[in-house]
Amino acid sequence: MDKLSKDKIGITIVSAEKELFSGDADMVFVTGREGELGIAPKHSPLLTGLKPGEVRVQNDGQEEVFYISGGMLEIQPYVVTVLADTALRAHDIDEAAVLEAKERAEKALAEASADLDYYRVTTELAQAVAQIRAVRRLRKQFG
Amino acid sequence: MANTKEIRSKIQSVKKTRKITRAMEMVAASKMRKAQDRMFASRPYSEKIRRVIGHLAKAHPEYHHLYMQSRDIQRVGYIVVTSDRGLCGSLNNNLLKLSSTSMQAYQDKGIEVDLCLIGHKAVGYFRRQEANLIASAEHIGDTPSIEDLIGIVKVMLDNYKAKKIDCLHLVYNNFVNTMKQQPQVTRLLPLEPVDEDQLDYYWDYIYEPDAREVLTEFLTRYVESQVYQSVVENIACEQAARMVAMKSATDNAGSFIDQLQLAYNKARQAAITRELSEIVAGADAV
Repeated sequence: MDKLSKDKIGITIVSAEKELFSGDADMVFVTGREGELGIAPKHSPLLTGLKPGEVRVQNDGQEEVFYISGGMLEIQPYVVTVLADTALRAHDIDEAAVLEAKERAEKALAEASADLDYYRVTTELAQAVAQIRAVRRLRKQFG
Repeated sequence: MANTKEIRSKIQSVKKTRKITRAMEMVAASKMRKAQDRMFASRPYSEKIRRVIGHLAKAHPEYHHLYMQSRDIQRVGYIVVTSDRGLCGSLNNNLLKLSSTSMQAYQDKGIEVDLCLIGHKAVGYFRRQEANLIASAEHIGDTPSIEDLIGIVKVMLDNYKAKKIDCLHLVYNNFVNTMKQQPQVTRLLPLEPVDEDQLDYYWDYIYEPDAREVLTEFLTRYVESQVYQSVVENIACEQAARMVAMKSATDNAGSFIDQLQLAYNKARQAAITRELSEIVAGADAV
């Protein structure tokens, strides 16, 4: 069968952690960054972001609804891919995460010097203990 | 008799060790199953996003995104994914060795390397080498979430955008099967050009609101999902490697106990024989 004579559109909804839905549909409705989108087969290729909202999948008079907290949408004439976000995305949250990651790196490096100090201290301690022991032995002999 | 006593206590301690390794093996086995499930569950996303990227490469976009242009390499970035804990065989060692040789190839050419590390083992290893560590994430746990990784990925992407690095690599363990984990270096940025074959007629996406914004968002998610997938995969690898390592440790403990038992029996027998002969000699003397 020629691919072009299909009157359904394949839709896959995936999030980073799992696949939510995969199947055929007559029509798909999503909330795009620029407004509602109704997607029928033979839609022209489109790439856009998604607003938090629902994805409605109509097939044979049945409707299934999925809620997503934003994501990305790709449309090919016979395939729709919804890449749903699991994480809350906002510019300032991302910036905070960046700072955290950098801080962790700095802390890791700082700990390295702390480790070195630790070794120095333990060797000094061992030397001191040895000296005390030697003094005690001398005292026992001569004291 | 001191010898037999020594051997007996040694057997006891090896038995205790075997108990621990056996427990760790079973824990690792059950964790591995869960980690594998998570790995398979998150594969569709990274496969789908890779397919869309493939389409994108075949389209003829008017706008060429920064992430898709290759430029002269003056400085490279590496994201290295390891486990937080040890006792998982040579998993981390192999990975770190591979990343070191890969970085050495750049350093020999006078190109500096910036590092972004995930996992305690990597941090410990590169700390000793005085590497350029710019971001790290430790103790992600068995169930990583994308939120844990957004920060470190963004550090690298920002550096790439600011042209502080010209190439971004990801080093991680690929889960082949329970017995086999393959360390791998892949290039994340710039995107590898896909060989353009069938779709040679002119087409492009409609971008809403505009190409630059959509592509940035899209490619950021692509990189994040690749890193996330590698982290999830690495956890499955870690558990699998630990299970195998602990299994062989348990087996070794078993054969060690057998050997010790043999030595113990011999020592005991020797002691009895000696005592008997002493008694007989004593009786003769009387």
